[in-house]
Amino acid sequence: MRRFFGYAPIFYFCVRGEFRVNFIIQFISSLTSGGGGYQLLNHIINGISLGSVYAIIALGYTMVYGIAKMLNFAHGDVIMVGAYVCFYAFGALKLPGALAVFAPLIAICAAVAVCTLLGVTIEKLAYKPLRAAPSLAVLITAIGISYFLQNAALLLWSSSPKVFPSFFVFKSVNEAGEAVTLRSVQIGSVSVSFVTIVTIISCVVIMLWLTWFTGRTKMGKAMRACSEDKAAAQLMGIDVNATISLTFAIGSGLAAIAGALLCSAYPNLVPTTGSMPGIKAFTAAVFGGIGSIPGAFLGGLLLGVLEIFAKAYISVQLSDAVVFAVLIVVLLVKPTGLLGRTVREKV
Amino acid sequence: MKKKLLCALLALSMLFVLAACGGAPAENTDASETETSTPAEPSTPDDTAAPDEQAELSGETETNPEPADTPNEPTPAAPVEGAFKLGGTGPLTGGAAIYGNAAKNGAQIAVDEINASDSAVKFDLRYEDDAHDAEKAVNAYNALKDWGMQISLGSVTSKPAEATSAESFADNIFSLTPSASSPATIAGKDNVFQMCFSDPNQGTASAEYIGTQNLGSKIAVIWKSDDVYSKGIRDTFLEEADAQGLEVVSDQTFSDGNATDFSVQLNDAKTKEADLVFLPMYYEPASLILAQASAMGYAPKWFGVDGMDGILTMQGFDASLAEGVMLLTPFNADSSDEATAKFVAEYEKRFGEKPNQFAADGYDCVYAYCQALTAANATPDMDAATINGLMKEQFTTMTFHGLTGTESGLTWDETGAVSKSPKGMVITNGAYVGMD
Repeated sequence: MRRFFGYAPIFYFCVRGEFRVNFIIQFISSLTSGGGGYQLLNHIINGISLGSVYAIIALGYTMVYGIAKMLNFAHGDVIMVGAYVCFYAFGALKLPGALAVFAPLIAICAAVAVCTLLGVTIEKLAYKPLRAAPSLAVLITAIGISYFLQNAALLLWSSSPKVFPSFFVFKSVNEAGEAVTLRSVQIGSVSVSFVTIVTIISCVVIMLWLTWFTGRTKMGKAMRACSEDKAAAQLMGIDVNATISLTFAIGSGLAAIAGALLCSAYPNLVPTTGSMPGIKAFTAAVFGGIGSIPGAFLGGLLLGVLEIFAKAYISVQLSDAVVFAVLIVVLLVKPTGLLGRTVREKV
Repeated sequence: MKKKLLCALLALSMLFVLAACGGAPAENTDASETETSTPAEPSTPDDTAAPDEQAELSGETETNPEPADTPNEPTPAAPVEGAFKLGGTGPLTGGAAIYGNAAKNGAQIAVDEINASDSAVKFDLRYEDDAHDAEKAVNAYNALKDWGMQISLGSVTSKPAEATSAESFADNIFSLTPSASSPATIAGKDNVFQMCFSDPNQGTASAEYIGTQNLGSKIAVIWKSDDVYSKGIRDTFLEEADAQGLEVVSDQTFSDGNATDFSVQLNDAKTKEADLVFLPMYYEPASLILAQASAMGYAPKWFGVDGMDGILTMQGFDASLAEGVMLLTPFNADSSDEATAKFVAEYEKRFGEKPNQFAADGYDCVYAYCQALTAANATPDMDAATINGLMKEQFTTMTFHGLTGTESGLTWDETGAVSKSPKGMVITNGAYVGMD
């Protein structure tokens, strides 16, 4: 048998076979051996913290897609802009004493304001003229905007990396009387960083708010009407343009919050900070069923956990490949995503 | 609905193609985007051959399909009459910009000092941006060749340097790189010399240092698998760690696409109770690793290499995270040595920050050239090939005293490697302090 190993396909299969066995052995041993359960739990926690960042970005994607029926690929870069605004606003703010606690909040508010404005401007300048155009044209425009924003950031803020300030830390004093900075909380044997907790809470709050907003309010109902049929909505007296602008405003405002949280968790800020998380979050949105708000949340968390698991138990190199392979499988089995609605096209 | 999903998938695949073009740090893509708007320069015959060649050299599988990627408009340097045209490429923008600018600034100070002195040898220095990208580096090198470069400072970082050194060997242009430390930069090229110690040297020295100083017994290594610099150091580190009786309990990688979340790697090190983590990488991912380790409450000893230099000058970096980080570097800005103090003062005056080792290496390169050219009685009207021959002779025989290296001076062997030993430094109160 051994001499057949020279044949590439067989060799490949063997390598893969060994690989799979390795993975299974590793997985089982990590579950059963001492400290394995702790390890698994830790990976889940890390996965959720990565996933919560994806989820919060995915909410913005899904919101805009659900209402305006367009993929706003510039979303990731609006996130980057939000993070930069937050970074500079925080740096410029010099609040005295106790008020300093509010500095992060004010910085995030500033970022939300700037991004909301940016989102509405982008919509007015780039997407509105294309409302009647085929969706592919809008898509390409969105990619163009994405590159425009990245390069504008490159010009404005240069490419040298900035380290985002840690917002969610607490200064405390330990038993020895030394000042210590708390970044995480111990739950049993695992530590969960404050950023993760804040991200998950904000994610749930935003998800619930969006669900309430689109389901119960007048504006929300107008949004859903637009998403179902723009022409009919207009006939019913709904201002379609204003509604879509509002959608972009909310989506971009969420992007600013996502940017601040993303960079708090991974504090490296460069003009391309938003692009890879943006793509992953888009994947998460599709995974969960694009257009569905709870779907984005679920998809984001699952994607994060999947990615960490793939890294820990398979290979760091292949983690992205694994994640996207799972996406393909899910779409083959359930083309509308996990929580996506099946809409029958009437002929 | 189906159509929309199809569109989405198409767009996704398109985005990936776009993202893949730039190689890893996606800002490469950006840079090329901006640059396409600058007028294309007359292409040299090398232009077409270059991408394949360098792809082989750097082992990169993704090559940018755009051949007409022209470098930035050169910054016009004040022309000096009867001066040697000295050119170099380095990352003046992008993730590794701290190194490129430091080397360039250091070299500029040396050039200005020499031109202001009564030295017979004068220089005309020109730096081109390569954004730490092999392909851009070759374009930048070609731009320098068109300008009439006679001697070269090679490239600042390893990946681009492997590409440009091959070019400069083929063109018979002598090259002395300040800081490209991979062995492949000089391997098989008799006219490419290094001012810095090479990667194997760093890996071996790090392991030796940890072993002899008893810094840790269980070692974790986190390294960047798609970077020759990182891999080179890690490989020799593991070899020497074995010899030193150090136990490497965790050996984890990352690459460009997933250089944000390090929880898995850190968790592995933590559960295997590593008491020292070795980080053979540049400062950008290292800063993230330090922050994430701190967030998860993991506080081992950290040991970096020269790529860690620059972490303290990152805008907004919390220096307390780097407290106690050890690294190897050949240059100590706090040294009481007179020449160093003068250089540091001048650098601080001009650029408002303490020079790192890259600046010192750049400075030393120019002075080494000055010494060699003077000794060889070279004149600026000689062509690059003639100077090339003279320099090869000089560099293998001379001893040079610079800011970096030991008091006995630096010498080079035939392969172009320098005799220099790294010094251990530790970050204390936000500054580098010598460990010995």
